[in-house]
Amino acid sequence: MTTQAIAQLDGATIEPSGGVCLHGLVKSYRGPEGPIRAVRGIEVSIAAGETVALLGPNGAGKSTTIDMLLGLSKPDGGTVSVFGRPPREAVDAGLVGAMLQTGGLIRDLSVRELVGMMASLYPDPMDVEEALEVTGLNATGGQRTHKLSGGQTQRVRFALAIVCNPDLLVLDEPTVALDVEGRREFWSIMREFAARGKTVLFATHYLEEADSNADRAILMAHGRIVADGPTTEIKARVGRRTLRATLPDVNQSSLAGLPGVAAAERHGAVVILSCIDSDQSIRALLEQYPAAKDIEITGGSLEDAFLELTGEPDADGPDADKPQPGTR
Amino acid sequence: MNGIAYTRYELLRTFRNRRFFLFSLGFPLIFFWLIAAPQHNKVISGTGLTYATYYMVSLASFGTMMSMISTGARIAGERQAGWTRQLRISPLSVRAYFRAKVLTAYAMALSSLLLLYISGSLLGVSLSAGRWLAMTGLIMVGLLPFAALGILVGHLVNTDSVGPLMGGLVSILAFLGGAWFAITSGFLHAFGQFLPSWWLVQARNVALDGHAWGARGWITVAAWTAILAAGAAWAYRRDTARV
Repeated sequence: MTTQAIAQLDGATIEPSGGVCLHGLVKSYRGPEGPIRAVRGIEVSIAAGETVALLGPNGAGKSTTIDMLLGLSKPDGGTVSVFGRPPREAVDAGLVGAMLQTGGLIRDLSVRELVGMMASLYPDPMDVEEALEVTGLNATGGQRTHKLSGGQTQRVRFALAIVCNPDLLVLDEPTVALDVEGRREFWSIMREFAARGKTVLFATHYLEEADSNADRAILMAHGRIVADGPTTEIKARVGRRTLRATLPDVNQSSLAGLPGVAAAERHGAVVILSCIDSDQSIRALLEQYPAAKDIEITGGSLEDAFLELTGEPDADGPDADKPQPGTR
Repeated sequence: MNGIAYTRYELLRTFRNRRFFLFSLGFPLIFFWLIAAPQHNKVISGTGLTYATYYMVSLASFGTMMSMISTGARIAGERQAGWTRQLRISPLSVRAYFRAKVLTAYAMALSSLLLLYISGSLLGVSLSAGRWLAMTGLIMVGLLPFAALGILVGHLVNTDSVGPLMGGLVSILAFLGGAWFAITSGFLHAFGQFLPSWWLVQARNVALDGHAWGARGWITVAAWTAILAAGAAWAYRRDTARV
């Protein structure tokens, strides 16, 4: 089983379809006010070795997508393939490790025992001590699972996900309950593990997590994918840049008329130009107004990109799941 | 293949949970000593059994029923914690999961039974080795419907309601099964014989002449096992949707 898995993975590095492939996925489930169309036809292909963030507000369909990817729920339509296999087979072969959004630990075992118990279920697990080492739990190994801090619990859950030595690691909002320090620690452990050539898919609604930990971001809203690309490209695609300069005595409307500028504001001596093409704008500005100084150009944040693409703030509203009349 | 280590960890967890262990084993034992000790050699009219024998089996039925159904509380807790979903994305099969739960429950039941047997012996219950074994065998078989009931309960209710449900269910079943006092005639007598707990308690009659269940007993236990196992399978499938 193991050699086969390795062969699959080797093939996958040459041919991207050997990774994760979600094709035409559709899923509805019953809600209190009629059916909720959680996922409405998504196409995703993730190559082996990629680290991908699944980004979207609550109710965008991220967890539903992950459930189907892991074989926890059956899609109403479409197919899931993990390293060329159906999810259940990939899970049984120990190719997939996952940290679900909710999930406590069972009590009355030590951390080492719990990780060992999980390891015992798999055909070719990682050494338990290694899993503890990777997650920084060596010193915590002897502690009972119900006596851990939030950060420690999350690291144990991470150890449980990787102890099968998976090729694909799936994390559903792994840092949601952690403080800043806990998050930083968690992601540094995750990146270290991903660096072993693992494929990683993580869901998050923290934009900065996607920005700093993923090569690629898939943005979901209302059960659909609204953008998919390298995080930098997504920012560049929709993120306007802001050009600030000190430039007194120039009329606002003539600034707004500069090439590449979408809007201009003035605050005293400072002008703020919102640019679609900042390269063009800066050239034109300096040509026409050589007196401009203290020039500063800042990139748009992923947050801005996200707002622009999904057309709504990252809100928890119950309406997020409902069909929106006339959208897309 | 992977179920064996898992079962071992389940047993370890159960026996480590000292409070659960003490309460599960302690209460039937306390009841037994309170009820049976003062008049242990006296024969209960209409049964031909001494207080010691009668209540040894009654409280064994009560205690072991509790052991089996408490599987439900454990499953409900693991579901609520999200642990069940974590296991479902491992290669552990559903069958192996339930097998571990049931085996753990049987280990608890056997511990409870052993303590009551020892207490019974101390109060003058004396049986041949064959009859001790026959009695134990019947109780083990009689617990099968309750093993299924535990799984059913575990997937049907949440942790808030599982306690009262278990307590109520076991009390009623023990009462109607004739565990608390002998039911020898009337409606309750006729009705009780349709319940699995009745036959569990009837295992005490092994002490009389070596026989306890006729065909009716075996059929009733088999029927309840089939019904509750089907119910447990249904509840499990219904529950595999996201909680």
